[in-house]
Amino acid sequence: MTVPVTIRIQSDDFDIAAEIAALTKINTDIGAVVSFSGICRGGNGPDAIAAMTLEHYPGMAEAEIGRHVAEAVTRWPLDGVTVIHRYGRVVPGDNIVLVLAASKHREAAFQAAEFLMDYLKTSAPFWKSEERGDGTNAGWVEAQAHDDNAAARWEK
Amino acid sequence: MKVLYFAWVRERIGKAEETVEPPASVRTVSDLMEWLVARGEEYANAFASPKTIRAAIDRTHVKGDAAIAGAREIAFFPPMTGG
Repeated sequence: MTVPVTIRIQSDDFDIAAEIAALTKINTDIGAVVSFSGICRGGNGPDAIAAMTLEHYPGMAEAEIGRHVAEAVTRWPLDGVTVIHRYGRVVPGDNIVLVLAASKHREAAFQAAEFLMDYLKTSAPFWKSEERGDGTNAGWVEAQAHDDNAAARWEK
Repeated sequence: MKVLYFAWVRERIGKAEETVEPPASVRTVSDLMEWLVARGEEYANAFASPKTIRAAIDRTHVKGDAAIAGAREIAFFPPMTGG
């Protein structure tokens, strides 16, 4: 059976409840949906930001996420996957990314959602640059070693 | 072939994409990076620490030793920070 997969790269916001409803109505044998949403964080003190802009590599972003979704589908018994990633300017509190994994039981859904997020952080071609409160450019966000370590633990 | 640049690699080079025709001696992604560096200061600046640069051929991640023969699109970018 082909697992229904939705992958979207968009500048618009998304509606988490509507995306979950769209995924779970596919079949009545889905017993678990794990939802992860990543949100733009404002931070505190001198490191506080007013906004961030997400740049992406059109075409490759979809392809790279698609490769990891395809792997997730072979590793866990999934009944549906949705990945939505935004690009463009967002402010603290805005949604950035959504990963939904649906399965008969929760274990596969939890693991697949975490696997997808870990790979999304380290291998989907997106880059964040930040703005301070006064509108000045705070530069590009640096990649974190702990994100690489999180992705590495899924390697077989 | 088309070469694309993203994030601070794009900013340092001053353009998002260009078409280049390297000589046949330029065989790998690392060779291409070296060849670009020789073109000017902005490239030398963008590729100053080659280990931090990631690359993709035709929208798939590759290592520096990947052959570029037949590639339509090669991209250079910093480590990714999405999600």
